[in-house]
Amino acid sequence: MNTRLLFYRRLASPLHATRAGVGATWALALTAAALVLYNPLSLAALALAVLGAGACAGVGRHLAGTLRTAMIVGLPIVAINVLASREGLTVFARLGDLGPFGQGNLTVEAVVYGAVIALKVTLLMLITTLASLAVDPDELLRGFRRLSFRSALTASLATRMIPVLGADARRLAEAQRTRPEDPARGVRGRVALLSAIVGGSLERAMEVAATLELRGFAVAAEGRSGARRLRLWGSRPRGPGTRLLGSRARRSRAQRSHARGSGIRVGRPWSRHDFAFTCSALAVLALALAGRLSGAASFEAYPLVKMQVGAGTFVLCAALVAAVLLPFADRRGIDQ
Amino acid sequence: MILSFDQVTYHYPGSAKPALDDVSFELQEGEFCLLAGLSGHGKTTLLHAACGLVPHFHGGTFAGTVSLAGLDTREHGPAHLGGHAGVLFQDPETQLVMSSVRAELALALESRDHSAAAVARGVEEVALALGIDALLDRSTHELSGGEKQRVALGAALAGRPKVVLLDEPTSQLDPVAGDELIGLLRRLNEEWETTIVLAEHRLERCLGAADRVISLEAGRVSHDGDPKSFLKWAAQHEPSLQTPGAKLFALAGLKPAPVGVKQARATLRAHGLLGKDVDPPSVGPSASVVEEARRSGRVRGLRSVLGRKEDAPTALRMKGVWHELRDGPAILRGVELTVVPGESVALMGRNGAGKSTLLRHAAGLMEPTRGRVERAGRVALLLQNPGDYLIHERVAEEASVAALAAVGLAGMAERNPKDLSGGERQRLALAIVIGGAGEAPAVLALDEPTRGMDRGAKADLARDLRRRADEGQAVIVATHDPEFAAACARRAVLLADGRVIADGSAAELLAGGWYFATETARILGGAGGALLPEEGAELLRAPAALEVVA
Repeated sequence: MNTRLLFYRRLASPLHATRAGVGATWALALTAAALVLYNPLSLAALALAVLGAGACAGVGRHLAGTLRTAMIVGLPIVAINVLASREGLTVFARLGDLGPFGQGNLTVEAVVYGAVIALKVTLLMLITTLASLAVDPDELLRGFRRLSFRSALTASLATRMIPVLGADARRLAEAQRTRPEDPARGVRGRVALLSAIVGGSLERAMEVAATLELRGFAVAAEGRSGARRLRLWGSRPRGPGTRLLGSRARRSRAQRSHARGSGIRVGRPWSRHDFAFTCSALAVLALALAGRLSGAASFEAYPLVKMQVGAGTFVLCAALVAAVLLPFADRRGIDQ
Repeated sequence: MILSFDQVTYHYPGSAKPALDDVSFELQEGEFCLLAGLSGHGKTTLLHAACGLVPHFHGGTFAGTVSLAGLDTREHGPAHLGGHAGVLFQDPETQLVMSSVRAELALALESRDHSAAAVARGVEEVALALGIDALLDRSTHELSGGEKQRVALGAALAGRPKVVLLDEPTSQLDPVAGDELIGLLRRLNEEWETTIVLAEHRLERCLGAADRVISLEAGRVSHDGDPKSFLKWAAQHEPSLQTPGAKLFALAGLKPAPVGVKQARATLRAHGLLGKDVDPPSVGPSASVVEEARRSGRVRGLRSVLGRKEDAPTALRMKGVWHELRDGPAILRGVELTVVPGESVALMGRNGAGKSTLLRHAAGLMEPTRGRVERAGRVALLLQNPGDYLIHERVAEEASVAALAAVGLAGMAERNPKDLSGGERQRLALAIVIGGAGEAPAVLALDEPTRGMDRGAKADLARDLRRRADEGQAVIVATHDPEFAAACARRAVLLADGRVIADGSAAELLAGGWYFATETARILGGAGGALLPEEGAELLRAPAALEVVA
């Protein structure tokens, strides 16, 4: 079923083939680079690289949609910055005295700075979209279960519920379209429709909760929080109740040890794609920091716009694009 | 003993009527038990009580004792009991809680603190056993209904439970997937001695696999015995629970009632009603078929199929309709379909064949990417889930008085739609889409209208649809249920991979197949084009018919 909601789908791409932890780290490195850099050229290069990565990962169409949305978000950011900022020397319009807001002078620097912020927001939206489409949330959250099983599972469930509730809402809307008369006419109709949607979501949540119960969610949560509690108590036994808890804890540990059998750990070997994206993440971070520290990507908006545009800047931009896209060049071992 | 109910009485919160009333029985390890009964008579509640959801999850008043694998369900909740019982409910959508199939299968094992190696082995084994290993890395939300049901079953079986509890697991599956699922349950039962408790309306599909049938009526055990004794009991006490095969035999005056097709044919052979060397069922409508069909009232449908003219008035015409996804396969591939007023058409095919998409195009909910759809008037489409239509607090607010009267719900105008039974909800949804005011729809299209319905409700709906067709309305029903298709349609259209691969009279199409055939047709080998027990019995009673059958 087609849907406009963004969620993970396994596709045949190097990014999808990496382990979720590496994919997420790579996305975090891109995010860090987007936050560190201010030079519009380097930000544009990074945005181009992310769009290219989306195309290589088979989700270019979704990223194009996000880009359209980001533009809609970006315009108000520029407009608000122009109206709110009192910095910059190049005034292009005077709105006069705005009372408590002071003099309403609109400056070119505020426009440029607003555009840079909008570009950063666009980049963050693109990276988030790419990560949510190409990084398996279940695999990612499984890693967090050791820290908090209940929270990680709840997060997994939330990611699963988004498409489920989206599909429910579409089904409900489709059913209403087949009615000869519009049921949502008037306030009462709209309220009835809204309450049906909310009621349906609650029913769905109850059904999923029942399934989770049967899959042992409560046992898992109990076991883990119980084990933590027991470890605390076990370290300082006091009184018969404590001894009981301590003996239970020992039994529980023994049972877990038995369940793990010989203790063979089945690890997933690092693939060439895992290595490639790890290197890419490190390279992107290093380039962003180097660009910032060396001045190759320097940028100041206030009081006058000063932007480094030289050979170093162009080399940095080319290196950023290459660092982001190179891991996609190797398609060996990708499931078709 | 793996499961026992001892004098169990249960009331849902706020309900005066017990959902289970003094229920007692014991199940031994390795038994395959079928739960029979009409809708709302306690099958689902019994399954929920067996796995601890009743009373721990639903609340209410509970008396008596339920014991599963030696655990008292009053002391152990569903999370603990889930380690011994795998549960599969009707709607697979609510049973998949993770984003990927692998994570789904692993969840129950991880929750119970199995080691990583044990989880990996468990996932691999259950995937191989159910033939879903190719799906392991797929996202759960992009699976078809049949695939989702298999994955949900896999998740229920991953922990190798001693008991598997299933609530109408085949209701959303096509006949092929449904038979595969029953076969799989039988394999689990025979090879690993897994105890199976299966609630099902289409008993003909699974009676042959069962060792025991427990029938529930108003929450009480009305019968408990083997399949043969159940059929005998049903014939006398609850005929609506009879399988079509048993009904055929009862109407033809033959005994004993058959548990499956094989036994039925053996009995017919013993009575000399079936030749030893039976030819494969004929597919074309022979003269005898037409003659038989004329006698059974199918002649009008046959005429419309065999003698249709291009210039005849049409209610709906689809000309080379394609539906191609932008980044996916084509769902419909050049569909040509013409439906005339007064015609009733059953649309059949496997899950994902394109039936629902075709109906959406017919109703104008979707626009073809190529081709054209012509409609003589409004197409009223009833989608799969009647609950999606019901948004108000009173039945009267949902549909007009005339529409309610037309579906027989005039006396229920003040009731809350959520309090209606499944069949009544279906009729209310039908009233909503038909509408009361204005012109009646030229075409009435229904998408899987019999999900979760018992045989009586299905018969009522089939009767209603036949009446509408007789009054001149064109009726199209997408269904997986050959018995319902035979009861309500005179023409059948078989879809596969988005294409119409067969289009003919119901007698022609539903008599000769393995999967898309009624039980009566399978028993009689498609002879005479008889689809329903009444037609088959007439054939068996008529002296001339013996020739046809043998």
